[in-house]
Amino acid sequence: MAIDTNAPSLRVGRRLRDDRRHALIFLGPSVLGLALFTLFPTVMALVMSLFNWPVFGNRTFLGLGNYARLLGDPIFRQVVLNTCLFVVLYVPLNMVVSLGLAAWVSPKIKGRSAFRILFFIPVMAPIVANAMVWRLMYQPSGLLDSVSQSVFGVATPSFLASSATAMLAIVAMSVWQGFGYNFLVFSTAIDQVPQEQLEAAAIDGASGIQRFRYVTLPMITPSLFFATTLTLITSFQVFAQPFLLTTGGPGNATQTLVLFVYNQGWRFLHMGLAAAAGWVLFVIIMGITAIQFLGQKRWVHYD
Amino acid sequence: MTDALTLARRRTGGRRRGAALRSVVSHLLLVAVALLFAAPLLYALGTSFKPPDEVFTRPPTLVGSELRLENYIDAFRFAPFGRYFFNSLVVAITGTAVVVAVSSLSAFAFARLRFRGRELLFVLFLGTLMVPQEVLIVPMYWLMQTLGWVDSYQALILPFAFTAFGTFLLRQFFLTVPAELVDSARVDGAGLFTIFFRIMLPLSRPALAVLSMFTFIAFWGSFLWPLIVIDTIDVKGTVPLGLTTFMAQQGTQWNLMMAAAMLAMLPSVLLVVLLQKNLVRGLLTTGFGGR
Repeated sequence: MAIDTNAPSLRVGRRLRDDRRHALIFLGPSVLGLALFTLFPTVMALVMSLFNWPVFGNRTFLGLGNYARLLGDPIFRQVVLNTCLFVVLYVPLNMVVSLGLAAWVSPKIKGRSAFRILFFIPVMAPIVANAMVWRLMYQPSGLLDSVSQSVFGVATPSFLASSATAMLAIVAMSVWQGFGYNFLVFSTAIDQVPQEQLEAAAIDGASGIQRFRYVTLPMITPSLFFATTLTLITSFQVFAQPFLLTTGGPGNATQTLVLFVYNQGWRFLHMGLAAAAGWVLFVIIMGITAIQFLGQKRWVHYD
Repeated sequence: MTDALTLARRRTGGRRRGAALRSVVSHLLLVAVALLFAAPLLYALGTSFKPPDEVFTRPPTLVGSELRLENYIDAFRFAPFGRYFFNSLVVAITGTAVVVAVSSLSAFAFARLRFRGRELLFVLFLGTLMVPQEVLIVPMYWLMQTLGWVDSYQALILPFAFTAFGTFLLRQFFLTVPAELVDSARVDGAGLFTIFFRIMLPLSRPALAVLSMFTFIAFWGSFLWPLIVIDTIDVKGTVPLGLTTFMAQQGTQWNLMMAAAMLAMLPSVLLVVLLQKNLVRGLLTTGFGGR
């Protein structure tokens, strides 16, 4: 009898020990990898940002010197403004295009999956290939210019060479290649909206726009939250588009934060300053995420 | 009475006809939008087959006077694209294998093993997702110098192969595998590795496929990190790096550049078509949004 009552707890005890031992083996690789390649570099970035850290040669401790230098640097201020300009233009445009199209390409539209696939292709394609395609588009006598010349008889301005249009050209290319992601997120969310509620609203005389505003939109707020947060974060990290289309020019008109990090670190070999600029970006991203999560109570409904 | 009825009938008939017309217009407009969206890709594809002197014409043409398939061969002659493609394949395939192996192991621990501090460790895992790659590149480069890994395959593969995205995705999937399956296997005396390899992995094939494909694409298109850590592009360069140097050196040969760009896009297009229904699940696995 005694054996019978004890057997289950013994078995559970052995199993727990077994679990603990195996957890070490199962988790080992990723814990070690994340520690070495994420945690350690994150801390190291903070350390490096406190030093004058040339790629070659002697390092000297500066304290907050690098940060002070960034604050006083008119180019860095312009870089931050440029990045904000990109974000302010890109995020709303991306949202409007992806949400608008997701609502338009409703389940009633034939060939819906074809649209999903088409819009998703640039999202998956290497960003360098996308950028090359758009350099061809923006080229004098490229597609945009030659269409304008043939149809309106007017040459377009040189999009990438003028500081008035370069940022807009980068934003346009970025929206083209990026909105397919949010389109798919919203399209999937819209699929989950119960058909009966939409029909009930229609019987009550709600127009298509009213149904979208008062039935669909409140139901997809979790997706809106997810998409705006992620798009905001990633848009602050914009690098390849300005690097490949304008190399930050003309002048510094399209130099962004990450491009600044790259230039400081690998053109001017000031790793300390680059690390400091990287941490400024990190703080901005953390701040935005915090604001988004604090603000979500007001407009996001999970139910 | 009859008048009212026929009036009502006429009205609904009219409304139905109106709705049908609206649907046709809506479809036609959408096709126009799709064409506008696809125009850059179609134009690039057309250009990749054109003779060099027909790239910039007015009015613009989609197809040149001849279909020059040789452009694709010439592109390989003007730059070692064979080498770039080989390097990219090595890096993307090995990287994907590492990501899938490492994250499925840890996902199993988080989903099915009981140990102290599990929840805290999982939150820490998710926390690492907050750190942007751009913050890591500076110290990472220094780490590569210290390890002597600059300009090597392992530098392209390992630093970003340990991401919590895969762990998160697979854990969600492993949790849907009935706990009784695992429990009864344990009662029958199966070890945890047997359960992991014989039960969990085979049942999770769809999730593993999605994770692999999105990881492959992320490695395939990766640009900033290879740009930093690779010095000898003609030896260790990946496709994106090759395209960039090609653009810098042969910047006027647009037809060849577009041929190379189309080849670089090919795996991505194939995977999007292959994945179709599973695209949505993959959205969570990678930070593709809004690049």
